[in-house]
Amino acid sequence: MMKTLLSAVALLASSLAMAAGPAVQLDKAPIDLTDKASLQNGARLFQNYCLGCHQMQYQRYSRTFSDLDIPEELGMEHLMFTGEKVGDHITNNMAPKDGENWFGVAPPDLTNVARVRGPDWLYTYLRAFYTDDTRPFGVNNEVFPLVAMPHVLQELQGVPSKTFETRLVDGQPKEVYVGIKTDGSGELSEEEYDRAVADLVNYMEYVGEPTKLEAHALGYKVMIFLLIFFVLAYLLKKEYWKDVH
Amino acid sequence: MFKNLMSWIEYRLPFMDKMNLHVMQYPAPKNFNFWYFFGSLAMLVLVNQIVTGIWLTMNYEPSAEGAFASVEYIMRDVEYGWLLRYMHSTGASAFFVVVYLHMLRGMMYGSYQKPRELLWIFGMLIFLVLMAEAFMGYLLPWGQMSFWGAQVIIGIFGTIPFIGEDLTLWIRGDYVISGATLNRFFALHVIALPLVLVILVFLHIMALHEVGSNNPDGIDIKKDNDGSVEQTEADKKFTFHQYFTRGGKKVIVDAIPFHPYYTVKDLVGVAGFLLIFAWVIFFLPEGGGYFLEPPNFEPANPLKTPAHIAPVWYFTPFYAILRAIPHPFMGAVAMFAAIVALALLPWLDRGRVRSVRYRSGLHKINLINFCVSFVALGVLGVLPAVGIYTLLAQIFSFTYFAFFVLLFFYSKNEKTKPLPVRVT
Repeated sequence: MMKTLLSAVALLASSLAMAAGPAVQLDKAPIDLTDKASLQNGARLFQNYCLGCHQMQYQRYSRTFSDLDIPEELGMEHLMFTGEKVGDHITNNMAPKDGENWFGVAPPDLTNVARVRGPDWLYTYLRAFYTDDTRPFGVNNEVFPLVAMPHVLQELQGVPSKTFETRLVDGQPKEVYVGIKTDGSGELSEEEYDRAVADLVNYMEYVGEPTKLEAHALGYKVMIFLLIFFVLAYLLKKEYWKDVH
Repeated sequence: MFKNLMSWIEYRLPFMDKMNLHVMQYPAPKNFNFWYFFGSLAMLVLVNQIVTGIWLTMNYEPSAEGAFASVEYIMRDVEYGWLLRYMHSTGASAFFVVVYLHMLRGMMYGSYQKPRELLWIFGMLIFLVLMAEAFMGYLLPWGQMSFWGAQVIIGIFGTIPFIGEDLTLWIRGDYVISGATLNRFFALHVIALPLVLVILVFLHIMALHEVGSNNPDGIDIKKDNDGSVEQTEADKKFTFHQYFTRGGKKVIVDAIPFHPYYTVKDLVGVAGFLLIFAWVIFFLPEGGGYFLEPPNFEPANPLKTPAHIAPVWYFTPFYAILRAIPHPFMGAVAMFAAIVALALLPWLDRGRVRSVRYRSGLHKINLINFCVSFVALGVLGVLPAVGIYTLLAQIFSFTYFAFFVLLFFYSKNEKTKPLPVRVT
């Protein structure tokens, strides 16, 4: 009985290990919420490239500014374009119906996208567009096949395309997909583009949970308090229980 | 002056007498171990849920249009709103952790056996209400998993022949899950069910104090006062409420007053629990995607079904049983039976020895079988029901129910070890 139980558990564990992961290997996003320069650059990229279609309707400008150490005047001058007030939410004026007509699906709100998809997914996704003439906007995506979104960062990355290599697979030469290469027409080099995407994803990770650093800072204090409380409680218990033992 | 006031009150409402009866002079066996922390911890989590819940309702908006945004408002704009919400969401999972361990304790030491059957039944009712409470609470953030998880669970009621369709309509208050559903779930979650829960907890404790606490040895600490048991010096050290000695008909041995001995001991348990609890709240509030599921950060969308719908982890053992049976209604019956079987434990177990310490090897293995089955079903309930997983879920559903069937048969004439007279 024990033996069958154990083997069943082992079987379960091994099948768990094989549980379906994402089709594409995701790259690790270099997230660093303390890197204010990276977050500021991410905010700049978001305002310039994403906000036209995607809102962050639960995040306020003032929150972004104060958390990212952006002086209000500078923020209003460089990151707010259409006369909003600093306490307003980060929204645009695209009607969802229009979005649906133009793209086939309304562009989703991105406030929590890092919590829904995870930063690694975003980091890989934004670097996985490639030229595909069969698609309405001329691009497809490795991570999100048939995505309705155009490659808005193309002016930064250049025109990306899939590259293949001839390799021997089981003794037969085969074309194997190796990755995405740009034609170099973008404003940024390959490394610079990765860095820019990392900054953007870093910013989205921050917006997903703007209280994270505050929570960690408070968390350490609470843990220290509880450790002391634990020791005192234990000593108190020992003192009282002298009567019993 | 103060003394006069106290006796004036005491005459009209014997408060101090009741405190003595239930706290200061309540005889608790002196050999409680680690497993006895989880009852008081469950109370702590209940208080946590009620208090944080009250503050959350101050800013939450129970409407299909406003619910999701109001939760984000709490997370971002309300001072320490994130902390209140994480305490509440983590508290929900913590509640089930401590309750499951509390139930396992009862199973290990036979705390459901005579005369504690009613106590166990109250506990099972608490568990049922807790599941309803958690289920309804999970709809309130109005995220994708809130919506689709509710869709699945309400759908279970739809499998009942003849009345199923009408029943789901009655539960939802609409033909689909809508603002009407959200509103009634909110009302039930914040008023009706907590009220029932608190009343049941009160009854659970009253029933406990009437029959007295069991202990890891599963032997009685209140002995008949017929001279067969001698009180030691240690036993005579403490005074217990005369109610428990039944006017001299009983002698109490190996007991200590609940307060201060177990209040200070439970305080250590509380500190240990809070260390883990706070760690999750501050550093892992999503619980690896099990306490707060990633799709729930997306607003509910009735037109977009998530690729994989899994209920929150504490429902998954029962959910796995539901899915293991190919027939929907029979699956629902099996799932309900899995809970009813637990409630019937006092009658399924026909043994007279309570604690696993003095029961047969077969019983020990059977109890391990139960734990393994329960955990395995929990894991399988998270995974998609395909291929090998379905087969495994069927196997573990079988072993889960086998625990109860086997117990019923071997417990009648079980070979047990001799019981000690005094607790060890």
